[in-house]
Amino acid sequence: MPAMQADLDHAATTPPRPEVLEVLERWMRAGNASARHLVGQSARRAVEHAREQVAGVLGCGPHDVVFTSGGTEADNLAVKGVVWAARAERGGAPVHVVTTAVEHAAVLEPARWLAARGEIELELVAPGPDGCVSVDDVLALVRDGSDGRAPTALVSVMGANNELGSVNDIAGLGSALSEHAIPLHVDAVQCVATLEVSLEAWSADALAISAHKAGGPQGVGVAVMRRGLAVEPTAHGGGQDRGLRSGTFAVGLIAACGEAMVRAAAERAAVRDRLLVLSERLAVGLEAIDGVERSGPSDPERRLASHVHVMIDGVDGEALALGLDAAGIAASAGSACSSGAASGSHVVTACGLSGAPLRLSLGWTSSMAEVDHVVEVLEGLVPRLREGGPVVGLDRLGPVGGGR
Amino acid sequence: MANVLVAMSGGVDSSVAAALLLEQGHDVTGVHLRLADVPDAQQVPGHGCCGLDDAQDARRVAQVLGVPFYVWDMTEDFAREVQAPFASAYGAGTTPNPCITCNERVKYAALIERALALGFDAVATGHHARLERAGSPVIGPGPGVRLLRARDTAKDQSYVLHRATPAQLAATLLPVGELTKDEVRSRAGSSGLRVATKPDSYQVCFIPDGDTAGWLGQELGEHPGPIVDLDGTELGTHRGVWGVTVGQRRGLGLDHHERRFVVDVDPASATVVVGPRSALACHWVEVADPSWTGTVPADGAEVRVQLRAHGASLRARIDGCADGGVRLLLDEPAHGVAIGQSAVAYGPDDDVCLGGGPISAADRPSRLPVLSASGAA
Repeated sequence: MPAMQADLDHAATTPPRPEVLEVLERWMRAGNASARHLVGQSARRAVEHAREQVAGVLGCGPHDVVFTSGGTEADNLAVKGVVWAARAERGGAPVHVVTTAVEHAAVLEPARWLAARGEIELELVAPGPDGCVSVDDVLALVRDGSDGRAPTALVSVMGANNELGSVNDIAGLGSALSEHAIPLHVDAVQCVATLEVSLEAWSADALAISAHKAGGPQGVGVAVMRRGLAVEPTAHGGGQDRGLRSGTFAVGLIAACGEAMVRAAAERAAVRDRLLVLSERLAVGLEAIDGVERSGPSDPERRLASHVHVMIDGVDGEALALGLDAAGIAASAGSACSSGAASGSHVVTACGLSGAPLRLSLGWTSSMAEVDHVVEVLEGLVPRLREGGPVVGLDRLGPVGGGR
Repeated sequence: MANVLVAMSGGVDSSVAAALLLEQGHDVTGVHLRLADVPDAQQVPGHGCCGLDDAQDARRVAQVLGVPFYVWDMTEDFAREVQAPFASAYGAGTTPNPCITCNERVKYAALIERALALGFDAVATGHHARLERAGSPVIGPGPGVRLLRARDTAKDQSYVLHRATPAQLAATLLPVGELTKDEVRSRAGSSGLRVATKPDSYQVCFIPDGDTAGWLGQELGEHPGPIVDLDGTELGTHRGVWGVTVGQRRGLGLDHHERRFVVDVDPASATVVVGPRSALACHWVEVADPSWTGTVPADGAEVRVQLRAHGASLRARIDGCADGGVRLLLDEPAHGVAIGQSAVAYGPDDDVCLGGGPISAADRPSRLPVLSASGAA
């Protein structure tokens, strides 16, 4: 293994904070939080404490908080649950859903699944080349049903894009939609670490959050569902969490999720300031390499402080992935399909970008040394890939950041 | 010690290949190739080599062995180099072997080239065949290599590797060729690899349900034509020349009191010619585009020739042809030789694989009737 390991893939998962691990450890031995006895009550206390913590961070009330297994389940609950409730209200008639071409698969796939079954009419808003979605483009598609067409039952727009880091004007969209009384779901999974997320401030009706993108454990997330929003459950059972998410409360994970949200919010401003400096330094270093161009919005206010996405001309994505691994750098050179092969990015395609995509993402543990190391490695690796030169076994051919 | 990229299908052979390379001290990286783009719902567990389960098995083996692992999407190369030519070869009335094309065009041409460019010294596969340099088994890359049949002759796969060039063999390692299949399975078991008892795959990997005729029918559509006897008498019709192979007897739908075999196929007139078994006797085959694993065999050389993947070899003599092609004269006639299947030459002791290629022409009894049938059409 190379001498230095650099984690530039915090958008995939970021390390849990030590305080979170302490809470997780403590509550992994909890009783069943739905049991009536005192052991159960003690466990339930941890769940409800976490619910308040989460509500405080996400600008909603504790009754709006539903714990899930992660962002994907939260997105599915919002998309399918809201559609099913709206269809029930319309006597089973199909409804209209608007989302964007750059959503995460956790929103796009359930929406496409519903459309394929004839349950919804689905329209996708194309992003600009910077990955941002225009509020006007979304509003132009929503329908009130007065013309006889299926009315819009849900608009789902991500807070920030997971690949490019492009930040959308959710508050603007939310206030416009609330005038039409059309529910807004926001996949805010990528936002939590560096942006304020607020159901209230965004005038949104549903949010999806994943704990492990903000210093929490993997396997737990939050679906915020505004009280009064009609939602059908996707999993039926014992009726926990308003009947919207049946299943034994994962007390340890939920408690850790609450702690992670509080820590992320408390340190958010400081982390964001630090990451702005680091990501700027990273972007400047990368753009100095011939044929490397940063993607996403040019306005720093419209992009996540954690993300640097670049397109690299004239290199093979598989070779890039291998070369980064050989140099001890974890970064996202294309996302994986179910078999694990790199699949073309629908985000990159929707934005009309060309070249090999590379997402470098920072988090609360990122250091300047890591950033400088990555720039140095890519300064050597990119031209070498372009010349078709070797990227493995370099420990014997002359090191790039150590070799393997 | 070398940097070796091992192609891991998720089967037991390539898994043990990776384990053996590690034991030999190589720096091993695993790669699973996505070849056929078979929709998940059509994948049949345990059949073919392109399913999700196989990628998952390969990944798990790499984890247990502690080697880096990647999945490379080569579905475009595979569709272009293997699947499309497979369908069009059947459409042209010939009988191709897709595994040979895959090894030549995908595993050798594409994979070795990419691996060497990335800095690997060699590519390894789990094929049952041996490589030898100066009389000793090859354990590291380098020139001067001979391709030999596997130790386990019943599992020998040198036939499907015969298109490898000397330069490609110099960058190839075949670690399991020295072991019997039983030894491979027991090595997998003792290394704790979960694929130890996984069944072998025999199907064409991109047709997981094994219905080749059905697949070809979808790709090529129906092009019916006559089935004629050697004397030109029309005996029936067929749905497309892709559905028949020289030597085939069943499935022709003929109501004929004598046994009739397909003895020739004329794609131009969509005519299938049938005749008695004696009409299948074939005394020579020609390969227009042979590839040799080492030096080109001399004119007149005594060799053995194998005409199908799991068939015995026959004594034959090399009879030079023009334009770099080769003619092989068979000592005893072979029966049921289809154009397109590969003729592979071995040394006189039937051990060293010399090379060969797809049969471009063969001894046929039926030329005149086919021509008259096409003339009549």
